[in-house]
Amino acid sequence: MAVTKEVQLKVDDIYMAFGGVQALMGVSLEVRKGEIFSIIGPNGAGKTVLLNCINGLYRPQRGHIHFEGREIDKRRPYQRARMGISRTFQKIELFKGTTVLDNIRLGRHIHLKSGLISGSVYLGKTAREEAEHRDFIEREIINLLEIEHIRDKIVGMLPYGLQKRVELARALALNPKIILLDEPLAGLNLEEVEDMARFILDINEEEKWQTTCVLVEHDMGVVMDISHRVMALNFGEKIAEGTPPEVQGNPEVIKAYLGEAEDLYVTRR
Amino acid sequence: MSRAGSFEGTPITRDLTIPKLFSQSARKYWDKKVAMREKEFGIWVPITWKQYYENVKAIALGMVSLGLQRGDKVAMIGDNRPEALWAEMATMCVGGIGIWLFQDSLIDEVQYIIDHSEAKLVVGEGQEEVDKCLMIKAKCPKLKKMLWDDPKGLRGYDDPILISLREIMALGRDLDKKDPGLFQDMIMKGKGDDVCLLFYTSGTTALPKGALLTHYNMLTMGSNLMQVDPYFETDDFVSYLPFAWIGEQMMSISCGIQAGFTLNFPEEPETAQENIREIGPHVMFAPPRIYEQMVRDIQVKYLDASWSKRKAYEWAMKVGYHVADLKFSKKPVRWHWKVLNGLAYLGVHKKLKDHLGLSRIRDTYTGGAAMGPDHFRFFHAIGVNLKQIYGQTEIAGISVLHRDGDIKFDTVGKPIPGTEVKITPEGEIISKSPSVFIGYYKMPEETTRALRDGWLYSGDTGFIDTDGHLVVFDRTKDVMTLGDGTKFAPQYLETRLKFSPFIKDVWAIGDRRPYVAAVVCIDYAVVGKWAESQNLVYTSYSELSQMPDIYELVRKEIAKMNHDLPPLARVKQFVNLYKEFDPDDDELTRTRKLRRAFVEERYKDIVSGLYSSHDHVQMDTTITYEDGRVARIKTDLRVMEVAG
Repeated sequence: MAVTKEVQLKVDDIYMAFGGVQALMGVSLEVRKGEIFSIIGPNGAGKTVLLNCINGLYRPQRGHIHFEGREIDKRRPYQRARMGISRTFQKIELFKGTTVLDNIRLGRHIHLKSGLISGSVYLGKTAREEAEHRDFIEREIINLLEIEHIRDKIVGMLPYGLQKRVELARALALNPKIILLDEPLAGLNLEEVEDMARFILDINEEEKWQTTCVLVEHDMGVVMDISHRVMALNFGEKIAEGTPPEVQGNPEVIKAYLGEAEDLYVTRR
Repeated sequence: MSRAGSFEGTPITRDLTIPKLFSQSARKYWDKKVAMREKEFGIWVPITWKQYYENVKAIALGMVSLGLQRGDKVAMIGDNRPEALWAEMATMCVGGIGIWLFQDSLIDEVQYIIDHSEAKLVVGEGQEEVDKCLMIKAKCPKLKKMLWDDPKGLRGYDDPILISLREIMALGRDLDKKDPGLFQDMIMKGKGDDVCLLFYTSGTTALPKGALLTHYNMLTMGSNLMQVDPYFETDDFVSYLPFAWIGEQMMSISCGIQAGFTLNFPEEPETAQENIREIGPHVMFAPPRIYEQMVRDIQVKYLDASWSKRKAYEWAMKVGYHVADLKFSKKPVRWHWKVLNGLAYLGVHKKLKDHLGLSRIRDTYTGGAAMGPDHFRFFHAIGVNLKQIYGQTEIAGISVLHRDGDIKFDTVGKPIPGTEVKITPEGEIISKSPSVFIGYYKMPEETTRALRDGWLYSGDTGFIDTDGHLVVFDRTKDVMTLGDGTKFAPQYLETRLKFSPFIKDVWAIGDRRPYVAAVVCIDYAVVGKWAESQNLVYTSYSELSQMPDIYELVRKEIAKMNHDLPPLARVKQFVNLYKEFDPDDDELTRTRKLRRAFVEERYKDIVSGLYSSHDHVQMDTTITYEDGRVARIKTDLRVMEVAG
């Protein structure tokens, strides 16, 4: 999808402290509709805290967050989800004892209109609604992420790489306008990384999805390859923002990665 | 039990073609019968004969709009799916010649075949095939257009050589409106002796050779096979093996179109086993590796099962083996064994069959490579009527098979009607039938070598036993001469060893050498699981294969097999290879047959290590990844002696 000028998500000067620890100190950013916006930074830089603030798990002590022109500071996580903000977690947070399909369906819950009574009768409209949602899951998610072979498998029995994919599938079931991806590549092998990077591009570019992606990731090769813009955080402060080449060349960023400077240039090939 | 002669299909004449038969069947069944099903988005979607016919018509006329003419070649590559079969049938309807490539073929192979065959069109599935085609188009001047049907990942592609199947079908429908009789006219122009398929054989030695097969070849083969084992229009068949393998063509096209059974296409290659179970086919034909995998799955589940389940399985298998052996030796089965076997069937065998997707199976065949007697006995023990088939691409599929109730697991059975099989004084198997091909494309020398006075020379050594069954020893050039001068088939040793769930592939060496040695590829999944249960830590296949405990595990398996072999044929030394044999490294053919001459050259260090007094060999080789990248591997391998 072509990146538009329209700002979809605006984070304005937020502060977040846990006791004496300042996790975010006046971070601002603007994510434009249709872009892949990556957040990089050393461990403990505040990347996950920032995502948690955006989707409402944390309430920042200062600053504002706007989504599609509306202030969402006071909204609870489920309300933000209903507005179209979806996310995945660094540590997999799936229901391990149920099937892949059930996990994905759960992500779709927010779109189900039928109530308790019509649900227990399960006739006409309710049955039709379920069939429609199932159809969406099959066509747009399972097919896209190539998980046909595991749809009826129990999540806890699957290898890690596939669980990561299921986590993404559940986030997509929400049919989000913006998706926050917290280290989707961590712990994957080379082949799985390539697959996952392709899926992120598909979600961003395929006509049916065209979803804005906010990506927190350590794999510089992939980040620099697929992002439109990159922001670097260090100790809760923004130290750089721009296109991948701009950020790669920024002396502050190199310093933050002290001794790991060459990592910024290493791609996986 | 014999159902011989009960099949009454259309008589095969020199005028009949596959498209004519297709058109007849389509009109006969029209929207009253399902021609094929495909599992898509989690649901089995039926396709009636009417839809089948109309789709083929649209594609055929679309191809004509692109300039396809009689005798032109169309190459096809991709997984098994209805669109693939439509494209093949459409090509034949136009009077063109179809060529199939294995979906995992590397760039060089694709380029060689498309260039050598002078294909005008390529029909691919999705991005992967499109990428391959774009990479070779400059080197294949005859190639005009590439058709694709799965849009996934193709959003940024705008090369003018590409055209979607949907656009082709729209072109075809336009042409049909302008010239409504054209499609039927094209079909009626065909003659039985026209070439319909150009089939590139994998070849264990040299470059692929393109065998030219006519409609008459294909149809007579199917009809003669069905004289022995008739198939019915109510049957279900699952098409999941590569169309580039003659066995799949023979079932889906030669037999499918004559019997009118329903073809079922799995959702994805990874879901094939599950989808087979959902369908429960009546007929199945697969190479031994599929059956070997089934046995391995059961053996592994057995190792994991609870004590009581293991005991039940052991008892049921004991009964099953006993009854199967009685049947093999054509001895009567006494009533109490029948009762016991009935119980074993109800308690265990029936459930195993269901899990393997074989609950409704009537005719199941193995062919294309040798299968070990242990696997064969296993299937008969659980009540699966597994039969051996022998044939080759050059005879349009098969020429010899087992008859019901007359099965010997060291033979491949008797010739099908219309087929003569003889053994030359040198021991080579030769055959003659209406299905023998007309020659190799642009290879006159190879043609004269394979075809002499209408006889097809197979290159296999074998003999005919006292019951009139054909015994295939091995490829002539592979037969080993042992230390004392006796002839021995390496594949016999290999198939025996593969019965062990821990061993995936074996290469037996011993021709004109003091003793027999083996190179073993362990099964990563099974051995890995075993290692975990023993608290052994490993990170990769190479590491696992070289662990002392794994060596000991493999040694025990070999020693077990050595037990019932003549002393000279026993495996004395072996090496665990640090990788699996792979077609991408040219070690196997695409149908997964070992290319001995090649591995002998590639692993000559290992071979010399196996016949030296050292207990280590140094290796330095390269491996090719699926995307064509190459990596170099330097490693030390251990040589172990199989004592006892």
